[in-house]
Amino acid sequence: MTEPLIFEISRPGRCAASLPELDVPEARLPQAFLRNDLPLPEVSEPDLVRHYVRLSHLNHAVDTGFYPLGSCTMKYNPKINEVISRLEGFAAVHPYQPAHMVQGCLYVMYVLQGLLQEISGFAAISLQPAAGAHGEFTGMLMVRAYHRDRGDLGRTKVLVPDSAHGTNPASTAMCGFEVVEIRSDARGNVDLEDLKAHCDEHVAGMMLTNPNTLGLFDENILEIAKIVHGCGGLLYGDGANLNAIVGVVRPADLGFDIMHFNLHKTFSTPHGGGGPGAGPVGVTKALADYLPGPIVRVEIPDEESLDEGLYFYPFMPPKSIGRVKAFYGNFGVLVRACAYILHLGIEGLRQVAEHAVLNANYLRVRLQDTYPLPYKRTCMHEFVLSGKIPGAEGVRTIDIAKRLMDFGFHPPTIYFPLIVPEALMIEPTETESLETLDAFADAMLQIAEEARTQPELLHNAPHTTPLRRLDDVRAAREPKLRWQP
Amino acid sequence: MPYIPHSDADRAAMLDAIGVKHIKNLFADVPAKVLYPKFKFPPPLDEQTLLEHFRFASDNNANVNDYMCFLGAGAYRHFIPSVVDHIVSRSEFYTAYTPYQPEISQGTLQAIFEYQSMICALTGMEVANASHYDGATAVAEAVVMAYNVLRKKRNKVVMSPFVHPEYRATTRTYVQGLDLEIVGDDTRQDAQSLLSLVDEETACFVTQFPNFLGELEDFRGIAEHVHDKGALWVVVADPIALGLFKAPGDYGADIVVGEGQPLGNPLSFGGPYLGFFATREQYVHKMAGRLVGETVDAEGKRGFVLTLSAREQHIRRERATSNICSNEALNALAAAVYLAALGKCGLRQLAEICYHKAHYLAREISKLRHYEVVTTKPFFREFVVRCPKPVAEMNEALLERDIIGGYDLGRDYPEMANHMLVCVTERNSRLEIDTLVRALKEVS
Repeated sequence: MTEPLIFEISRPGRCAASLPELDVPEARLPQAFLRNDLPLPEVSEPDLVRHYVRLSHLNHAVDTGFYPLGSCTMKYNPKINEVISRLEGFAAVHPYQPAHMVQGCLYVMYVLQGLLQEISGFAAISLQPAAGAHGEFTGMLMVRAYHRDRGDLGRTKVLVPDSAHGTNPASTAMCGFEVVEIRSDARGNVDLEDLKAHCDEHVAGMMLTNPNTLGLFDENILEIAKIVHGCGGLLYGDGANLNAIVGVVRPADLGFDIMHFNLHKTFSTPHGGGGPGAGPVGVTKALADYLPGPIVRVEIPDEESLDEGLYFYPFMPPKSIGRVKAFYGNFGVLVRACAYILHLGIEGLRQVAEHAVLNANYLRVRLQDTYPLPYKRTCMHEFVLSGKIPGAEGVRTIDIAKRLMDFGFHPPTIYFPLIVPEALMIEPTETESLETLDAFADAMLQIAEEARTQPELLHNAPHTTPLRRLDDVRAAREPKLRWQP
Repeated sequence: MPYIPHSDADRAAMLDAIGVKHIKNLFADVPAKVLYPKFKFPPPLDEQTLLEHFRFASDNNANVNDYMCFLGAGAYRHFIPSVVDHIVSRSEFYTAYTPYQPEISQGTLQAIFEYQSMICALTGMEVANASHYDGATAVAEAVVMAYNVLRKKRNKVVMSPFVHPEYRATTRTYVQGLDLEIVGDDTRQDAQSLLSLVDEETACFVTQFPNFLGELEDFRGIAEHVHDKGALWVVVADPIALGLFKAPGDYGADIVVGEGQPLGNPLSFGGPYLGFFATREQYVHKMAGRLVGETVDAEGKRGFVLTLSAREQHIRRERATSNICSNEALNALAAAVYLAALGKCGLRQLAEICYHKAHYLAREISKLRHYEVVTTKPFFREFVVRCPKPVAEMNEALLERDIIGGYDLGRDYPEMANHMLVCVTERNSRLEIDTLVRALKEVS
């Protein structure tokens, strides 16, 4: 099943938009600047709608099926949040309207800042970063600014565990730091000896995800924080896995100085096929002045003008690293996350973490006797298996992943983290029922059996999807990156 | 809890299977002294109360649809055809993730491939990525890319003072850790006179079209000079203007970026928007962000995949071209649907309507005493007016007449106090324009 390109259904003279009549006299067009050709498609509205609706049918999505993509927290996206973000009073507000005209937007941002502070234990929040990686970059620029401001110019290294998300070393490098990789130990924690060996006066900080990408809570977290702080470094928290501990533990209590939140993971805003997200950053009091702005503050009226109410206004912190994007942040994402948090309350959030962890452990227990589990511990919201099924040596993780599609499931994250060979990283999230988990586990067990008895079924998978396995190598060798007539 | 399906019986069965008594036991690896702290939190709101709460907050905003709005400056109020929100509201699109598994993600992949093709068509470039966070970050990443293309040996960036002030600020933030200096802040310069700053130390030259003041600067000869010095030319372009005016690629630009919000995305108080990013094929391996390419499946059928990912952070880690991971895919989908809806003729017609209406307003204002239309170069949908009073004061007076006035240029350019950047789109009827002119007369 394939759908022609929009360019291929284009016919000269068609147009799906009706524009208003020109109601002013025409002005002279600057001839030297005009373009001759604009090769955009020409389609009618019915054809346009059918094209995109048919394309939509080719997608797997949270609303069509289980999506246990590790480290991505593909939980259900509540519909009320979509309704709220589309209210005209939010959607049709210009970012340059003066503060007194946009008190509602600033209120939402102020409330969200406060909620995230309380959830994380941090002293201050900037909502500006547009995604998790953007938040990491923001945080590491703050690490840089903090040390420089103290005249401490020799801190050039940032420690990153070998289990880290690829964004961590990439964000670090963008700030001009040198990345030093720290080993994991046999239990999947940061290797404390390796950490100590690298902690010196050149360390600007460490980036750590906890629970880490193995889905394990680093048992030595307080010790790690002590070691990093002991050499004068700052501890950065990658909040991608916050869903495991939201409402249960405050990251600031673990010794983190900075952390980004992925609102599109923990706080249920939709992933949109790759974005938009939002990656607010929280910091301790010592770092608050370096946050990117604008952040929102409130003026509380004195007694004489009480009836005028609160006044919210944008504020640029005094030593700010500067803005990291235009305007305020991904407001449409922020308002959804704010609604989610207010809807659930702290008790609801605690249940989110507890059930995310319950679901992951249940699946782990159902699968660990069939698929190798390299770190045999209670996991948090996700766990990592290896696709090296005993007795099925010719089968690789990619084959298992592709075969899962025939059962109607999105595969887990594969080949990550890098420290587990043939990794399968499974994150069910709290929004999946026991029946779904069982159906997925049954499929995984059946696939393991097939791997031993009918491996070609896996090698040739998927069989039931709109397209069969796609040729990645060809795409990279002969790049065709746009339609050409 | 509506989003957690577990019954008591489910929980008991699962805990039993795991072999623990309580869910709390699953958190045994967490140091006990930090577990279950006391939170200060408002009580949860049911769905009905939640909606009322946010409706109340949104009613505390003045939404532009209730006013005559002449504010632009990087975020534009264009009409969004109904099909756009209808398509992006399909949950097969908005509840999907990055299309890492192409066999079950062809909808997103093909839509992005089409988006990339449309951005190439608009900009006159050969490759476009799947989007950046916004126009500002796209500019910053373009500068970093130019620096990398030239092997980090050139440490100067010449950026026009009339690139959007917040894009310039964002770029400065992005290059803090790099050995790069940004020059070109002198507002007496235009694109042509800035060119003299481009030398053998320069990584790239950055200009905006139309520039922040709405003007169409003369781009002739720029590519030749910049390339002669071995540098790259980055153009920040408005996508609606490109419906009418020559593509930056036609002038010889090397990287074309911009804010894609005007293409079917609501104002939404500044985000989420999308940054579009396009370049020449020869630079594709230095480009940041996701790319979709065409290929075939095992049966030879055409299909699409994420490709050339060896540039990206999940493969290359600290040697990646950027750290970008999540982008603005759904906003890019909106942009693609918008461009397909307007199409070849519609986008041009729309751009012409904006052009004619903006020029009509400029002519009418130029007839007023106490006001001067300062813009002398050709312009698109924005132009600069010198007002008899501070712009903040003007705008308060206009607001009393239900008019949202233009942008106060004195905020960014001290020498332009009392200068207002006025924006006109197809949303402004002649009646609105005439009302503004009358109001200006009254408040002068």
